[in-house]
Parts: sequence; structure tokens; C-alpha cells
Amino acid sequence: MSATAVSVGAAPAAPVPRPRAGGRRSWAAPLAAGAVTAWLSAIVLIPLAAVVVRSTADGWASFWAAVTTPQTLAALSLSLGASLAVVAINAVVGTIIAWVLVRDDFPGQSVANALIDLPFALPTIVAGLTLLALYGVRGPLGVNVAYTRVAVGLALLFVTLPFVVRAVQPVLAELDREMEQAASALGASGATTFRLIVLPNLVPAILSGMGLGFARAIGEFGSVVLISGNIPFETEVAAVRIASQVENDNVTAAAAIAVVLLAISLALLLAMGMVERWSRQHDQ
Amino acid sequence: MTSRYALRAIALGYLGLLVAGPVAMMLWATFSGGVASVWEAIARPAFLHALWLTLLIAAIVVPLNTLFGILCALVVVRHDVRGKRLLSALLDLPLGVSPVVVGLALVIVYGRRGAFGGWLAEHGVRVIFALPGMVLATLFVCIPFVAREVIPVLREIGTEQEQAARTLGASDWQIFRLITLPAIRAGVGFGVVLTAARALGEYGAVAIVSGRLTGRTETLTIHVEERFLAFDMTGAYAASLVLAALALTIFFAMHARRPAPRGGR
Repeated sequence: MSATAVSVGAAPAAPVPRPRAGGRRSWAAPLAAGAVTAWLSAIVLIPLAAVVVRSTADGWASFWAAVTTPQTLAALSLSLGASLAVVAINAVVGTIIAWVLVRDDFPGQSVANALIDLPFALPTIVAGLTLLALYGVRGPLGVNVAYTRVAVGLALLFVTLPFVVRAVQPVLAELDREMEQAASALGASGATTFRLIVLPNLVPAILSGMGLGFARAIGEFGSVVLISGNIPFETEVAAVRIASQVENDNVTAAAAIAVVLLAISLALLLAMGMVERWSRQHDQ
Repeated sequence: MTSRYALRAIALGYLGLLVAGPVAMMLWATFSGGVASVWEAIARPAFLHALWLTLLIAAIVVPLNTLFGILCALVVVRHDVRGKRLLSALLDLPLGVSPVVVGLALVIVYGRRGAFGGWLAEHGVRVIFALPGMVLATLFVCIPFVAREVIPVLREIGTEQEQAARTLGASDWQIFRLITLPAIRAGVGFGVVLTAARALGEYGAVAIVSGRLTGRTETLTIHVEERFLAFDMTGAYAASLVLAALALTIFFAMHARRPAPRGGR
């Protein structure tokens, strides 16, 4: 422990443009880098690499067979389709909510703002149960969506609510309003001003919120598992399919499906990095 | 003007139907059977053990994750190491990995048929279906939270003050304690809050590696599921309420600590 504490303290020892002359090279800098690399490897990298290795342990043919069974394909396409739909709804409603929170002014606004973080704080299993309380069999509204695809969508909307809102909010708050004022002085309607002036500035933030939301939705498990009923070909999502394969001691097949999910997430993270770099260059 | 009210109605209506309504309904449903039945549910040994285990895992994960989160941020921002971009990508990776995949990965590495797990089993160490596996699963899903909060702050404050202190003869530890740490304190605090919320509420990753053994490896979230599947709605709601109460405490801490919005997030 004490060795780690020392290296924490020593970490700022090597600022990037460090003049060599007169400076003693701290032994703690490489130690810190080594500790971090070992930590991340042990917790994240080695387990994930083991999934990839295991997925093809019985050869490519059985990898392919595991991924393309009708039940697995149904689960993957449900996850993919539901995530795309949810992210599209998020993009629109999330932007509206961010707008209302930044530009509007009404009593209870701070409560509404606080509600956005609730899905981050509430455990996923509680989120599913919560939705079931209002929209389940014994719900007071008389609607029962339990064990349907609507329930899957509802759960995903709940857990992904904060992403677009929290991405757009700071950008909207810092946006210079002079251009908007100029546009409306020149006779542009509110909608035109939004579409031509405000929206282009928000697009990178909306895209990044959508990306994070999609990455969350495609692998979501806890909030879906109670409310969806996990009916094969009907409401079984990819993560539930993986879990049931693990429980049936079908670890290699589970790893194959996991690799498909990992590949989708990885492609998404890379694309988001590209969008971020593009928007940063665009800013300058 | 009308469009302003229309937008407000859409935003508030959506939040009401998706978040406020269900949460209010769950609170009502929990107490509809009377306070006594809720009390009975949370006095049960299985519940108390689950609560204890949940708090224990959080007590192990939060300090470890905070320490390594700060260290990761310092290495990524301040050090000129090769493979730094890979390191920072690794930090973000858990955000894109399904909790179920996390559990599966640990089963593959540490399960009784895994290469490493077999060796550990011979030496009497059990990871899967036991506490170490559950801690590892929780650590995995919490990895980004502290580092991602600290990295932008470190970038913003720059190195001028640290270099000035070094010129004046301060040691590495003094520089960290007196200059860097006070500057990143708010970011670290928010990261700790996020870590604690996730550690207490993690379900998927922990469920896969725990084997869901009631009274042994059952955390609060797994207890909620177990009660629900046993058609004990009062038990499920009562355990949810305790989890929600923990979450809400953290949630208000989150709002008190949320750093001022930064442009480049």
C-alpha cells in the first residue's frame, strides 16, 4: 500500500515537456505507469481477451454456429433494433429536455433537472421493478406491458435517459446567443433559428450522447430481466441470452455472442472517437 | 410562446411517465401492505446478510477504485508514456461492455475449468461463486468513474503550479498533497459518488459470478430478484426501497458535488 501511495505522490514528477537538465528522473513515474498498466490488464484486458480466445476454442465453425442459431439471432436483432429505436427517441426527447432545462424557466425546474440523474443512481434491477409497478399487471393505469417488447423499450428508455440530456445541456448553456438574436432580428422563426443556428452546434453532443446510450442499451441486462419475461424469439435480449447460456454451462457459445456485442461496442467507441476529433477540429 | 409551453409539457410529461410516476408508484406499492410487513421483510436474515455483503463489496471497491482512478488519470495526463492512448481507451472500455459479458469473462478466467481458476482451486482459493469474484466484477464496471472525472480537471489546471513547487524544492509527495490533490478534489468526490452508486447497485456482472447462493453470495440486488421470482412482492419492494434509499442518498450527494458543467465533456 505505501509503495502505491508514494507513486501517487510522485506521479506529477514528469510533466510532458520536461527539461532533462538539472532534473533527477524520478523512479516513481515508470512505477506508476507500470502499476496502472498491470491494474487495467488484470481487471479489464485479460478477462476480455479470455472471452475472445474462448469464443473460438472449438473452432470458427462452432463460433459461427453459436452466433447464428435462430434464437441467438432473434435476441441479437431485438437488442440491435430496440437500441436503435431507443437512441432515436433519446436524440429528440433528450434535446427537448435539455432545451427546457437550459432555456426555459419555471418553478420546479431544479427538481426536473435532478430527476435526470435518477436512472444513473437507481440500481438497474430496481429500475425494472419500478417500471413494473406502474406498467405491470397490478399497475393502476390499467395498461399491462409486462413480458412484451414495449417493456423492453421502456426499460431501455429509462436507463439511457441521462446520456443525451447531459451531453447537450452544457453545450447549450455555453452557446453564444448573439447569432440567434441576429437570426430572429432578420425575421427567422423560432423553428428556423433552431434548425439553422442552434442544432448544428448541438449535433456532436447529441451524437456522443446517442453513442453512449446505444452502448448501454445493446448490452443492458438488469432493468430488462424482470420486466421482459425473457421469452425466446419474443422478448429475450442479447444479454439475457448470454446469461442463460452461462447458466446452461454453455460458456463457449456465450463467449461467441459476447464477442459480437464487444465488436459492436468497440466499433461504436472508435466511431465516437472519430466524431469527437472531427468536432474538435471543427471548433478551431 | 405556445411552442415554449408545448416543449415544457413534452419534457415534463416524458419525465413524469418514465421516471417520477413509476418511482412514486413503487413507493406507494411498498407501503400498501402496511409498514409492519415491510419491517418484517427487512428483518429477515437473508435480507440482512445481503445488505451486509453489498456494503462490504462497496467498502472494498470504492477505496481501491479511487486510488487507482487517480493514479490512472495522473499517468494518462501527466506522463509521456508510450501506449497512453491505449491506456485511456482501456479506461473507457467498461462503459461499452455489457455487465453480463463482465461476469462471463471472470467465469472464463477464474472458473473451476479456467486455466487460472483451476490453479487457484488447487491452492484453496475460490473466486467464482465467492466474494473475490464479486469484488472483481464490481471493480470492472466501476473502472471509468474516478479517472474520467479527474482527467479533464488535470488537463485544465496544467502543470505551472506543480513546476513552480518543484523549483522551490518540494518533494513529489508534497506536490501531490498540497497542489494537485486540492485541485482535483471536486472531481474525485464526484467520481467516488458515481463509484459508490454503481458498486451498491450492480446486478448483472455480480449475478453471473455469484451463483446467487441465498445467505452466502446474495447481494441486495440479487435479493430483490430472488424475492420477485418467489412471488414475494413485499420482500422485493422492501429490498428495492432500501437500495433506492441508499441510491437516493448518493444521488443527493451527486447533486451537491456535481462539478460545474465543462464545455468539452
